[in-house]
Amino acid sequence: MKHLLSTHDLSRTDIESLLNVADHMAEINQRPVPKVPALRGKTVASVFFEDSTRTRLSFETAAKRLSADVMTFSASSSSVNKGESIRDTIETLSAMGVDAFIVRHRSSGVPLAVTSWTSASVINAGDGWHQHPTQALLDAYTITRERKAGNDLHGVRVAIVGDVKHSRVARSTTHVLTSLGATVTLVAPSTLLPNDVTAQAATATTNFDEVIEHCDVLYMLRMQKERMDHALVPDIAEYCDRFALTPARAQRLAPGALLMHPGPMNRGVEMQVDPNDVAQSRILTQVTNGIAVRMAVLFSLLGSGSASNLSKGNE
Amino acid sequence: MTTRSTSTANKDPKKHTKSQRTVITGGTVVSQGKESVADVAIADGVIVEVGSGLQGDIALDAKGCYVSSGFVDLHTHLREPGREEAETIETGSRAAALGGYTAVVAMPNTDPAQDSVAVVEFVRRTGQRAGLCDVFPSGCITIGRLGEQLAPFAQLAKSGVHLFTDDGNGVQDPLLMRRALEYARDLNIVLAQHCEVSRLTEGAVMHEGACCSHMGVPGWPALAEELMVYRDIELVRLTGAPMHFLHLTTAGSVELVRQAKRDGLPVTAEVTPHHLSLIDENLLGFDPLFKVNPPLRTKDDIAALVEGVRDGTIDAVATDHAPHADHTKQMPLEQAPPGMLGLQTALAVTNTVIGLSPTQVVELFSVNPARIAGIADQHGRPIAVGEPAHIAVWDLSSTSEVSRNDMVSKSRNTPYHGMTVKGRIRHTVFGGEIVVHEGKAQK
Repeated sequence: MKHLLSTHDLSRTDIESLLNVADHMAEINQRPVPKVPALRGKTVASVFFEDSTRTRLSFETAAKRLSADVMTFSASSSSVNKGESIRDTIETLSAMGVDAFIVRHRSSGVPLAVTSWTSASVINAGDGWHQHPTQALLDAYTITRERKAGNDLHGVRVAIVGDVKHSRVARSTTHVLTSLGATVTLVAPSTLLPNDVTAQAATATTNFDEVIEHCDVLYMLRMQKERMDHALVPDIAEYCDRFALTPARAQRLAPGALLMHPGPMNRGVEMQVDPNDVAQSRILTQVTNGIAVRMAVLFSLLGSGSASNLSKGNE
Repeated sequence: MTTRSTSTANKDPKKHTKSQRTVITGGTVVSQGKESVADVAIADGVIVEVGSGLQGDIALDAKGCYVSSGFVDLHTHLREPGREEAETIETGSRAAALGGYTAVVAMPNTDPAQDSVAVVEFVRRTGQRAGLCDVFPSGCITIGRLGEQLAPFAQLAKSGVHLFTDDGNGVQDPLLMRRALEYARDLNIVLAQHCEVSRLTEGAVMHEGACCSHMGVPGWPALAEELMVYRDIELVRLTGAPMHFLHLTTAGSVELVRQAKRDGLPVTAEVTPHHLSLIDENLLGFDPLFKVNPPLRTKDDIAALVEGVRDGTIDAVATDHAPHADHTKQMPLEQAPPGMLGLQTALAVTNTVIGLSPTQVVELFSVNPARIAGIADQHGRPIAVGEPAHIAVWDLSSTSEVSRNDMVSKSRNTPYHGMTVKGRIRHTVFGGEIVVHEGKAQK
């Protein structure tokens, strides 16, 4: 595997093997000194044309725990504002010697375009409404490891609630979870559902209350306030009335269900309950697992040898 | 006029002058629905003889080829004035000549827009200076193509403009469109609409369907085109003024125009080679070369467009030749400008995907567009004595591979690079002058 651009580039075997490598990385993260020399001498450039804090920090932490050197580029403080094209940016950084680019952009397809301008590996850290493959992998890792029943998700019912139409997380996570056998139901007003749900191998409903008791995973999406301006929902109160996780709805979650959210949360909007008060919440577990999964991706693209040797070798 | 020069230098088509007698030999003349093997002799810019065994100063070999009136493109973006880094009137005219065109209608979305006599005169004269084909500037429907105030139709018509459009934008305001048609009615001009209800296409990148859903980009629904086609057909019914529909793309639009023609309304329609040959799935690799407005649709839409061509609902193939500099086409799909080159590949691509008869070629590429453009007195004429010598020599059978490096436009944004196509333009004669010889531009 040279790049990680889309979950659609991953077979089920690829997904499972990344999850298994992540187990070794999680073990490394448990150590008093959570660092191994696996990517010593490799340079990883995180190139974020769109603001992000958590994904960037997660990737950079993952790279540092593998001893890679990290180069950081952010659009707000860079030549992008002086009119430099993405191509020139990538070619310039590439000329400095980069082994992998971690790319985020507000437009779908940019990480794919980047692959034609550099010989380095490219990891998609989120492009437009399109894909966010490491988020999908960390979600799958979280669900499978919390369920402790291997990588298979047959019979697992997942409800993804919120602005599915504009969500790269929903697109990627739905695909990875269904690849592992889960059943995904998208829950949103029709205006916030993709125009072809079947293209995402999922079913859809506009009735949150109908699914909440019957899901094994409740996955809440961030509701962006600017959606109100485009006649997608009448107003925020009506949206919350139908689709927010209220304390009453949280009560109806099955005891063994998992509550997840890709962050950042909109408290008082889609999250009207404090997740710290919900025993089923795994929202911070997702964040912790994100490091291990991104280490697994970086190691799989740039490393050599097997991950199991890596974790044994340093004990 | 039958004197033969013995000078070998003069036999070189590159060295010919207008007053010499040129004979197109051995081709099959396609004219007025008939095909016949005949030589065509040209002198002083007009056809002087059609027959067999004709002699002249210069022989233009047309064996195995068809000889017809030159092509007319209803929809060319020449970019000058304003965007000369993408195309100039001269480079676009050269591409046109290589595509067999002897006349193009220049779209008005220049900078400044073609909404005044000064700008259209500039475009026309620059075209004359290039001397590769006739450049007929279109005029704007509204000042600056802003959809607010009508352009001076009568003044522009007096300076020779026949086709008016805000192409690139549809005229959104139904009241303004009604007034435009009423005002145009007795001026002997035609309004041409780019059908797109812009509120339904904000931010849109490609056809709204399964592909755009999968790719996570904003979609351009078929409805946005069909609503305006419907509105404007009803405005034509109300006002009686003629209207031409630019670059139709959907099955629904074809059906609306078919019914309007059955009702006897004065409407015409065009389709582009790319909407007949490419679909939304071509965008799965996020390549902005396939981004175009209106967008590439589906196989079902192509089938409906082909049927529309077959039954005469669609009158003309028009290129929507839209050059864009490389660096702009390397932007992300959502930011890259829409449009693709078309002039040099139009005949071959259309023939490759739908298969054309020689007479169909002449109707779709020459006679009908000349009539719609209001230039039927000069272009799309029969191959007959006394007619202007605007002639294309082409075939529908030779195969070749399209290369972006063969594009003579200032830009290289063809979506067909590497595609094997059937059909070619061999020679183009414009006003008696050989502007393309054996597929090479002569000036």
